[in-house]
Amino acid sequence: MSSVDSIISINLVFYLIGAIAMLVAGLSWRDASNPKRYSTALFWFLFGFSFLFGDLMLSLLGKQVTYRIVGVMVLLIAALAGAKLLGVGVPPPEDEAERQRSAQRLGNRLFLPALAIPVITVLLTLFAKELKFGSWFLLDQKNLTLAALTIACLGALLLGSKLTGGSPLLAVRESRRLVDAIGWALLLPQMLAMLGGVFVAAQTGRSIQTIVNLFIDPDNRLALVAIYCVGMALFTMIMGNAFAAFPVMTAGIALPFLIVQQHANPAPLVAIGMFCGYCGTLMTPMAANFNIVPAALLELKDKYQVIKIQIPTALAVLGCNILLMYFLVFP
Amino acid sequence: MDLALWLPLLGIPIVVLGFALRFNPLMVVTVAGVATGLAVGMDGLSLLETFGEKFMSSRQLASALLILPVIGLLERYGLKQRAQSWVASIRSATTGRILMLYFVVREVSAALGLLSLGGQAQTVRPLLAPMAIAAASNQYGELPQSIRDRIAAHAAACDNVALFFGEDIFIAFGAVLLMTAFLKENGINGVEPLMIGLWAIPTALCALVIHLFRLSRLDARIAREVQDWQLAQSALATSAKAQVAV
Repeated sequence: MSSVDSIISINLVFYLIGAIAMLVAGLSWRDASNPKRYSTALFWFLFGFSFLFGDLMLSLLGKQVTYRIVGVMVLLIAALAGAKLLGVGVPPPEDEAERQRSAQRLGNRLFLPALAIPVITVLLTLFAKELKFGSWFLLDQKNLTLAALTIACLGALLLGSKLTGGSPLLAVRESRRLVDAIGWALLLPQMLAMLGGVFVAAQTGRSIQTIVNLFIDPDNRLALVAIYCVGMALFTMIMGNAFAAFPVMTAGIALPFLIVQQHANPAPLVAIGMFCGYCGTLMTPMAANFNIVPAALLELKDKYQVIKIQIPTALAVLGCNILLMYFLVFP
Repeated sequence: MDLALWLPLLGIPIVVLGFALRFNPLMVVTVAGVATGLAVGMDGLSLLETFGEKFMSSRQLASALLILPVIGLLERYGLKQRAQSWVASIRSATTGRILMLYFVVREVSAALGLLSLGGQAQTVRPLLAPMAIAAASNQYGELPQSIRDRIAAHAAACDNVALFFGEDIFIAFGAVLLMTAFLKENGINGVEPLMIGLWAIPTALCALVIHLFRLSRLDARIAREVQDWQLAQSALATSAKAQVAV
C-alpha cells in the first residue's frame, strides 16, 4: 500500500462496524423470543462478514473473486429481506420507574455523552486534520469526518459507561433494540449505491438526456428554467442523490440551452439547480439515509411519514427556485 | 423509437412500482439492478461483480451503526426521561418553538460548515424528538400515537431541511466543489466556489422562511387535534357507559 498510514484508518472503522454487526448477529441467534432468529442472525452475519473480512478477502483472493462472493452475499441478503425472514425479538419489558430513577440520579450529565459525539467530531475535523504521531496521521486523510466520528463515538461510549456504570458490551446489547427497529433500512443506502453503479454501467443517464432533449422548446426561457428545475428534482427522486442527477441534467439542459443559447450566469444557475435536486431528495424514499432510516429510528408506523411532512416545504422551495433562477441568472 | 434508448431505463419503473406496491425495498432495488443489467446485455458474473464492488466501496454509508451503542446505553439509563423532564422545567417551551430553535441553529451551523452538529441517529432520536413530544404532552397530558408520530416526523424533517439548504453556503462542501469542477470540465472558467456559496443564500433564506412558517402553525394544529381526540375519547367513554346502563 502506498497510501499514507493513519491510526484511525477507514479499515479500522469497518472492523468496528463489522464487530458490532457480528455481536448483533450472535445476540439474535440466541434470542429465543424472535420467531425468525436464525434467518435474522444470518442477515446480520452476512452484513458483518463483508465489513470484518472484506479487506482480507481482497488481499487473499483478489478483486474479481471477492466482488463476486460479496455480490452473491448481497443477493442472499436481499432475498432474506424480500422473503420477510427478518424477525424482531420481544425485548424485556422496559422498567420505566427504574429509568426515571436513574435519570434523576444522573441529571443533565446524561446529555454529556450524547452531546460529545457531534462536538468531538466537529473539533477533530477542524483542528486535528494534520495531527501526526511519528509518521502516522491520527485521522484517515481521505475520510476525515468518518474517522473523527469514530473517535467521538468511542470517546462518548467510554464517557457513557463511566457515568452510568454500564459496560460497552451492555451498550451493544441495548443498541440491538435500535438495530432491530432499523432492520433492513440500514443497508438500503448501500444497495442504492449498487443500483447507481448498474445505472452508470448501463448509461441510463445518457438515455434520459436524449429523451429530455426530444421534448424541449429551446426558445421559451421560463419553460427551460422550469424544466431544468423540475427535472433536477424528479431525476434526483429516482436516483436518490442530487449529486448523481446534477451532471446529467446540467449537461443535458442547463449547459446547451440556458448557458450557451440564453447566456445565463453559470454561478447562480448551478447553485439553484443543485438546490432543486435537494428538493427532490426531501421527497423520495430512495434517499433512504435521510427519509427511511429516520422513520425506522423513530419507530413511526408509516415509513413514509417523514417524506410526507417534507413534501410541502420541498414543493414551495422548488417553486421559489424556479422564480429565483428566472430572475437572477439572465443578464 | 430506438429500443436501445429505452432499455437502460427499465430499472426506473421497477423501482417506482416496487415502492408503490410496498415490496421490501432491498428486494426492489436488487431486482431493478438485475433487470437493468440484463436488459443492456451485461452477463451474470459481471453484474455480480458490479454489485459486490459497489457494496464494498460504499461501506462508509453504514456508519450510523457506530453511534447506536452509545445511544442505546444512554437510553437504558433514562436519556429520554431526562430530556422530557428537562423540557418540562422550561415553561415557555412548545413543540413548535423547540423545532424552530433547532431549525435555525442547524441551518446556520451547517452554513458555517459544522455539518456534524446534529443528525438523525445522534440528535433527533435521543434528544430532539423526545423534547418536542414532551413539550406537547406537558401542555395537553396524554397524546394519541398519531400526534406523537407526527411530531417525531417533524423533528426528522427539521434536521433534513436545515442541513440541505444550509450546507451549500459553506464553500468547502462537496456539492460546491462538484459544481465548480463540472463547470471547468465543460469549459466555463472563472466561477469561484465563493460565488456559488453566495448564490446559495437566496434559496437558503426561502427555505428558512417557508419551513419556519410551517412550524409556527404546528402548535395550533396540535392543539386542535388533541382537542378533537379528547372529545372523541370522552364520547367513546359516555357511549360505553350508556351501553352498560342499558
